[in-house]
Amino acid sequence: MAEPGNQAFPTSLRFRDDAAADEPSVSLDAFLDQGEADSVRIEAGEDVTVLFPHLDRVRLIEVDFPRFRDGRGFSTARMLREAGYTGELKATGDVLVDLIFFMRRCGFDSFAPDKPFDPADAEAALSRWDHVYVPAADDRVPIWKLRHG
Amino acid sequence: MYRYDKYDQAMVDTRVEEFRDQVRRRLEGKLDDDQFKPLRLKNGLYLQLHAYMLRVAIPYGTLNSAQMRALGAIARKYDRGYGHFTTRQNIQYNWIKLAEAPDLFADLAKVEMHAIQTSGESIRNISSDQYAGAAADELIDPRPWCEMLRQMTTFMPEFSYLPRKFKIAVIASAEDRAALRWHDFALRIVQNASGEIGFEVYAGGGMGRTPFIAYRIREFLPTSQLFSYLQAVLRVWNRHARRDNIHKQRMKILVHDLGQEEFTRQVEEAFEHFLSLAEDFPQAEYDRIAAYFAPPPFEQGLSDEIDLSDPAFAAWVDRQVIAHKAPGYAIANISLKPVGGIPGDISADQMDVVADLAERYSFDELRATHAQNLVLPHVRKADLHAVWQALVEAGLADANLDLVSDIIACPGLDYCSLANARSIPVAQKIAERFADPARQADVGELKIKISGCINACGHHHAGNIGILGVDRKGSESYQLLLGGSGDEVTTQAKIAGPGFDEDGIVDAVERAVEQYRTIREPGERFIDTYRRVGMDGFKEAIYG
Repeated sequence: MAEPGNQAFPTSLRFRDDAAADEPSVSLDAFLDQGEADSVRIEAGEDVTVLFPHLDRVRLIEVDFPRFRDGRGFSTARMLREAGYTGELKATGDVLVDLIFFMRRCGFDSFAPDKPFDPADAEAALSRWDHVYVPAADDRVPIWKLRHG
Repeated sequence: MYRYDKYDQAMVDTRVEEFRDQVRRRLEGKLDDDQFKPLRLKNGLYLQLHAYMLRVAIPYGTLNSAQMRALGAIARKYDRGYGHFTTRQNIQYNWIKLAEAPDLFADLAKVEMHAIQTSGESIRNISSDQYAGAAADELIDPRPWCEMLRQMTTFMPEFSYLPRKFKIAVIASAEDRAALRWHDFALRIVQNASGEIGFEVYAGGGMGRTPFIAYRIREFLPTSQLFSYLQAVLRVWNRHARRDNIHKQRMKILVHDLGQEEFTRQVEEAFEHFLSLAEDFPQAEYDRIAAYFAPPPFEQGLSDEIDLSDPAFAAWVDRQVIAHKAPGYAIANISLKPVGGIPGDISADQMDVVADLAERYSFDELRATHAQNLVLPHVRKADLHAVWQALVEAGLADANLDLVSDIIACPGLDYCSLANARSIPVAQKIAERFADPARQADVGELKIKISGCINACGHHHAGNIGILGVDRKGSESYQLLLGGSGDEVTTQAKIAGPGFDEDGIVDAVERAVEQYRTIREPGERFIDTYRRVGMDGFKEAIYG
């Protein structure tokens, strides 16, 4: 049985080419107080808009999912991308493989789930859908555009 | 009606394979029950008292004969030969095996159907006017907008895990046949002073244990901005709803807590933002969908005469047939409320009969209603007698539309793991008490709605007479409510007084009905009399 950390069960997935941030992330309050950190962690229910004026100095934003059924982090991620954030956006906590397609579409580009994904399941989840009905934070073209050239 | 193109078909086919994979991982132990539960719920599978219940979506209540036959075939192949039409114009099966569900979904996909987002914390099947496209009083057919909403609300990434369920209704007439203001989000299609079509928007309605009637939050929304506006509403709710108590997470609670004005302000602010993203659908997409809902080729020059010399047929026409917008045509309602039957239940053989009738006499179209009945929307008046005869043979010719025996009831404790009390036997006993057609006709329009627990699936809050089953010290007890309505004058029913046992509630309903007959003024329906005299006019008659 593969354990977390083994190659067969990587503990994280990352869809970026740049170097990962090397400083641990700080809480939103600490980030706003200190003005030095470049990695910040957002808990479910925190107001992400307070971060908007500082996005140009952020390299990593972690959005925590305390329970997989708590969907607030989806809005947090998409709002960050809509505000122009281009750094790493990482989903942490109770992240299930069945959610990662929608998470990618909301702008997440890395995942550090509490329980590692089976790579084959993750690959299947991310490649399953050829089409999407609606636009989100990614560049997939909605069906309503495809239909009309 | 709408037909899938290659994209729609690919979406439902892929969904079947996704769910097949999820079931496999569940059976292999890769998904635990907690993780699997929301996945199956988003595919319409509930675990009930005895087996899995499956809710299949009938988008805005419209289906064709091939779909109805497929629903019958599914009832035979995967269930016990029957199905149950619900208050959201869907159909439910009560005896489904999990391992067979992926194959069942594949069968549905072959006739352009699915069970996507019919339960769980998702945007549910859009409901609409069952007479859409046929009603004389509609501004336009609301169904193209329903289909537009169906597609835009299927798999919205940001709203994958909403705080709770989210129910949408769309109508296009002044008369409300869809209980608009009992929905989380509702649109009435209207025309403004410059002649443009748009939406009057309502938000924050819902039944359940904390009922609220929706507020109007916008007088006029241009149709081209619907996607932006809907996203704004959903984002405000998704971000700010409580997440600590499942009973306080519906949008109605947030709207109530923030107040209509503040909620509206936040929505408008988010709406401005979404408009700036310029992601709304192209007009060509609405035009493409609307073309599917062009009126069927009605024959011209048909007579409006109906031969009513057969009194039984005449009684059925009088009760079940509604005026159609096209001369020579009629809307025929099919009752799924035989006295002594289970409200909304239909056998596979009856589904076949109804499918045949739709194919032969109604341009291949059928509707399911939120009152758990069916409709043949476009029948030539000259064909009504043949339709009626076929319904008589199939046991579907009851003439009780909107009468005291046309009862909405949830499955209750006979099936449901949430229920506190049985609903079906109460509905059956009331229907039997008023079985005499002459007595029902004399009482006139009276909408009785029965829920087996406070979750209110039987819509008791909206009943002219509502009945709520509760658990009282270990035994089933029933509260009586009066004065609710889901029509354009939406009102919430009020509790009349102390509860009753199963036989007692039937007697109490009869006393309320007799009091109405005693004090009604000419032309008054039950709800009119209640609105005139209030609870005080009924209380003594009920409790003595």
